[in-house]
Amino acid sequence: MHRIFVIVLAACLMVLPGLARADLAAVIAENADSIAKPSRQTIAPVIAALAATEDPGIAGFLAAWADRGLGQRKADGAIFRIADQGTDYALANPVDGSPAGTAPKSDIAEIRPNSGVRGLIASALVAFQLDDPDPAQRAAALGAIARTPEADHLAPLRAALDDSDPALAAQKSRLERLLTLRFDPDSAARVAAIESFGTDLGLDLRGALNPLVTTRRVVSAAPPEGANIARELRLNREIAPDEAFALLVADGKAPAPLTIAEQRTALIDNIANGMVGGIPVHQLDTQAARDRAYTALEQAGAVPVAATSDEIAVTVAGFRYFDLYAEPDAAVTDAAEAALQAIAVTVGAMTAFDLGLDALSLASIFFLAAIGLALTFGVMRVINMAHGEFIMMGAYTGYCVQLLIPDYTISILVALPLAFAVTFAAGVAMERLVIRHLYKRPLETLLATFGISIALQQLAKNIFGTQARPLTAPGWLDGAWALNDVVSISYIRIAIFVMALVLLAVFLFIMKRTRLGLEVRAVTQNPSMAASMGINPDRINMMTFGLGSGIAGLAGVAIGLFAKVTSELGNDYIVQSFMTVVVGGVGNIWGTLAGAALIGGLQKGIEWLNPANTLAAQTWMILFIIIFIQFRPRGIIALKGRAAGD
Amino acid sequence: MTRSFLAKNPSVLAFLAILALFTLVVTVLAEGSGSGVISTSFVKTLGKTLCLCLIALAMDLVWGYAGVLSLGHFAFFALGGYMIGMWLMYARTEDIVIQSLSGSELPPTAEEIAAGIGNQIFGVVGGSEIPAIWHFAGSLPAQLALVVLVPGLLAALFGWLAFRSRVTGVYLSILTQAMTLALALYLFQNDSGLRGNNGLSGLQNIPGLGQVSQSVLSIWFFWASAAALGMAYLLAAWIVSGKFGSALRAIRDDEARVRFLGYSVESYKLFIFTLTAVIAAIAGALYYPQAGIINPAELAPIASIYLAVWVAIGGRGRLYGAVIGAAFVSLLSSWFTGGRAPDIPLGFYTIKWVDWWSIALGLSFVLVTLFAPKGIGGLFDLVQGRLAPARGGADLGPDDGSLQEREALK
Repeated sequence: MHRIFVIVLAACLMVLPGLARADLAAVIAENADSIAKPSRQTIAPVIAALAATEDPGIAGFLAAWADRGLGQRKADGAIFRIADQGTDYALANPVDGSPAGTAPKSDIAEIRPNSGVRGLIASALVAFQLDDPDPAQRAAALGAIARTPEADHLAPLRAALDDSDPALAAQKSRLERLLTLRFDPDSAARVAAIESFGTDLGLDLRGALNPLVTTRRVVSAAPPEGANIARELRLNREIAPDEAFALLVADGKAPAPLTIAEQRTALIDNIANGMVGGIPVHQLDTQAARDRAYTALEQAGAVPVAATSDEIAVTVAGFRYFDLYAEPDAAVTDAAEAALQAIAVTVGAMTAFDLGLDALSLASIFFLAAIGLALTFGVMRVINMAHGEFIMMGAYTGYCVQLLIPDYTISILVALPLAFAVTFAAGVAMERLVIRHLYKRPLETLLATFGISIALQQLAKNIFGTQARPLTAPGWLDGAWALNDVVSISYIRIAIFVMALVLLAVFLFIMKRTRLGLEVRAVTQNPSMAASMGINPDRINMMTFGLGSGIAGLAGVAIGLFAKVTSELGNDYIVQSFMTVVVGGVGNIWGTLAGAALIGGLQKGIEWLNPANTLAAQTWMILFIIIFIQFRPRGIIALKGRAAGD
Repeated sequence: MTRSFLAKNPSVLAFLAILALFTLVVTVLAEGSGSGVISTSFVKTLGKTLCLCLIALAMDLVWGYAGVLSLGHFAFFALGGYMIGMWLMYARTEDIVIQSLSGSELPPTAEEIAAGIGNQIFGVVGGSEIPAIWHFAGSLPAQLALVVLVPGLLAALFGWLAFRSRVTGVYLSILTQAMTLALALYLFQNDSGLRGNNGLSGLQNIPGLGQVSQSVLSIWFFWASAAALGMAYLLAAWIVSGKFGSALRAIRDDEARVRFLGYSVESYKLFIFTLTAVIAAIAGALYYPQAGIINPAELAPIASIYLAVWVAIGGRGRLYGAVIGAAFVSLLSSWFTGGRAPDIPLGFYTIKWVDWWSIALGLSFVLVTLFAPKGIGGLFDLVQGRLAPARGGADLGPDDGSLQEREALK
């Protein structure tokens, strides 16, 4: 008693203003030994007594206790908050955490509550945190409960449902229902909680519902008494005999079947005079012969009897097989199954929508990569294998700009026109130097531009190295636009979609509304006639090719934002780009758009059927395209009449 | 009229003589025959080069003569390699498995052997089952037949689909490239049954010939490659010298006109496409045992484009041109990229050929296309004094029809 008196006195002297705080210190002192060596059975009243003091320091004390942050001085049994400090512990007042000197480690016994006790402490702690005046603390407590929901949390949460912050109040109410549907002892309340969610799609709801409907597979002669049976499994339909037998073996209701290796060992152990079970060893090179030898050994009693396939069939047929819910309450499991089913339907629809968005975004990437080709290949009929390298040049231009201008927003705004200028110049140079000599030899254009393509690729490798270079998107493009837990699309993809639309508009404007577009169309339809009308075909070809290459450079910046910028960037897109143009129909921008939509949609569709394997999706997509070309050799939107050329 | 085939085609005899002489010289100087002037690995390189010449010959037939720029022939080449590789790998693994099982007390069952082989071959892709496509892998005659049948049937099917819908020109090139890409992507999958991107390896060890050293084996394969090249050259020369060859060249120059004359253009193209696919497959079946390993990267679309590059540099439309192009460019490539070519110090920068060879190749290819469309083979014309007629216009090349050529003459 003397000890307690001293401590109480000290506490009173230390913190005179708050009398309640002295109460907590007193309770701690009173229960010092229970606190130091807590057990799950006996600690509940102590925690309740501690909580009843309603001291502002109680949360800190409980947290330190659960965290092994408390120690008991061996000399007098006083409780302190402790912190490791080399060979010493820094001591602190258990109530308010004010420093109370140091003590050597040997003088202090660290308090280590077991996990059961920690659970009790944590739920008591949650009650305080849920009422904490600081909204951030309340939100953190809710988060902690949501991460590791336990039955203990239900009561404090219900007590703290009122909240001044409407968002937190809603969160609390939702969490309360989630806990109710899992932990409430009353079946009706749980069903009501499940039904209260309606068409909610939240991952947390699904996370709470799924454990309710988990099943385990059991085997028994008769339906298990009192168990919540999900379904009975019919042999050979819902459950294969092998699986059924494995269940029996696991249950100890049947002997383990003989494996090939065990049989082999048994036979080797019984070799006598070069014979096993009356069969010469050298004849045992088929499974049938080994089975005969083993049966002979069985009859001789030399090896344990192993189940033959007939016996397995009989044994298996003698039992019934059930899926049992882990959750005993049938009303709850029925409600949970119904809720999950409803969720699955909605999620399916949402997934389809999300897939549509993915397909749209892939299609816009293909369209971006192909729109330059729609000019050079589609309009001019020049097959430019270096198109992919122009895309790469655009991406590397973006990377170089970012090296010079650290602000990502400005650098992207600078990079776009610069990439256009660089690739425009490269395209014009290539047209002047190489392609114009080959207009009458289209196949050789393919080969010459391929030569340029490998040279440019290697050049990029020599300059920038083989490792991928980053092209970072500005901060406002980070993240994703999430409609709900299922449907989301990243802002970069939206930006690419917008950019594809803008480029389409620019393309249409140039081709249909400008003098240049008019002349381009005239020259592609009939160069000599166009020339006699005063158009310079050389200049037009040069401009068209430069424009197509410039657009490829723009696409390169966009693609570089989400793909790795390497010297092989162009390779990944060149075949797809050509296929987009060919499938869509050469010489028509709407055809290219349709081609991109078809290829993008198709690839995502096939990926959805076989999500694990994008390689397979690409394989099937290309096969589909090859077959598609059989039926529409001129593409989706085919030019007719003279414009078709041939 | 009755002049013999060889008399009409003196270049065939010359080619065969040079090939025979070359084979003889390499054999005498090879490590395997004792003198050791040429190392085993270089004999293998030469043997592989002969195989590349063989596929270039096929490419010349289908592109230089029939005008079909196929960017898929390396797919057939690799398929042929895969087919023979399956037998090589299976049979050798079978030997190893039987060897290791023979030590145990019980004789192995067929199932145990199969399981052992499955584990050995497919362990790297996380499987142990032997896929159905390996059904014939244990039998050499069956796999040899598949070397011809699988690429042949694939080419026939693809060609039939493509030609009957009149896909021509660059469209056909892109389509064949798409086919190659699809095949490569398929083979890259681990569950394709051909070990995914690991490919097939250890192909240089011939089952049943364990005691024959690699230096001798390399000569045998060199002979086989030379023989295959010689026979294919004879066959190709015979095909293009007759009426059939004239029809092929006519299709190349003006397909529509040949069709209007009543020829079944599709059948001609299909035949030559399939035949060259088979030749390519045989070349692949000879190439990969010398290379020792095959994986899906071998049939990346770029390989087929390189093939076109070789043929174009060598000279399209003449058989020896293709062979010269393939031998010249591939040997030069391996010399430059092998790090043996001396660096060129420029003072401020040293040109390392490993880094700059691709650029030089690409640019020289552009130059050849622009200024020497006949390729290296054109040099023989210079030697023989057989020059192009002094046309009013530029050489229009084989892709333009005779009509335009006459127009250009005006």
